[in-house]
Amino acid sequence: MAKSIKVRAKVKGGTTTVKALISHAMETGMRKNKKTGKKFPAHFIQEVTCSHNGNTVLSADWGAAISKNPYLSFKFSGAKAGDTLKMSWVDNKGESDSVEAKIK
Amino acid sequence: MNTKRRSFIKSSAAVGAFGVAVGAGLITPRAVMAAWPKAAFASTDVNSAIKNALGSSDTTASSEIALKAPEIAENGAVVPITVTSKIAGTESITLLISKNASPLTATFKMGKGAEGFVSTRVKMSKTSDLVVVVKANGKLYSAKKEVKVTIGGCGG
Repeated sequence: MAKSIKVRAKVKGGTTTVKALISHAMETGMRKNKKTGKKFPAHFIQEVTCSHNGNTVLSADWGAAISKNPYLSFKFSGAKAGDTLKMSWVDNKGESDSVEAKIK
Repeated sequence: MNTKRRSFIKSSAAVGAFGVAVGAGLITPRAVMAAWPKAAFASTDVNSAIKNALGSSDTTASSEIALKAPEIAENGAVVPITVTSKIAGTESITLLISKNASPLTATFKMGKGAEGFVSTRVKMSKTSDLVVVVKANGKLYSAKKEVKVTIGGCGG
């Protein structure tokens, strides 16, 4: 699970744009297995947190309606090139992952 | 492949003893993540979802929220959405899809320095309204847009 997050962060004119891709099934719990007729159990990311220098710049609560392999982009100010950005997620099964990226 | 065993190993490795406890069913993940607003995500209509998520369903329509989404989404499983709020002091952006089984899709809470901008991809079960609620200075502002879906993204 070590590499489930890909993050790119770039500073331009004082604003840092963060783009992230997370590799996750994001199963809603409503999709049926056509062979058995049973539903696939829900398995989706519930919380995503992104911090810079110990400050949380974005925290998100997600439902199952976020697409498979979620994409997330947001902007914040106050960072400079070379700073470290930390991003982490926790899903409804208690699994989690985090990654650190250098801001370019 | 034994997927249950897989996820068990993964979670154990990721969070150590805590993961073992969760994997063994000693602690349900739900109880662990008390911060996640379960009631809000379980709400089946837009107004009660907003109320459960943000404390009030009293919203004011605002033209300062730009909601970018396709008019027609061919594939409801991947609908790109971009929200830009020009309202000063935007604290959070909440996304709802009115005809999904659970309308509340996501809440993004802006921390220090974060701008009122968020972009992501969502699943939509059928043609419905996309509702965005922005919380700023203790007030709620909303914007909505209808997205036509040709193939649903929920169920199978």
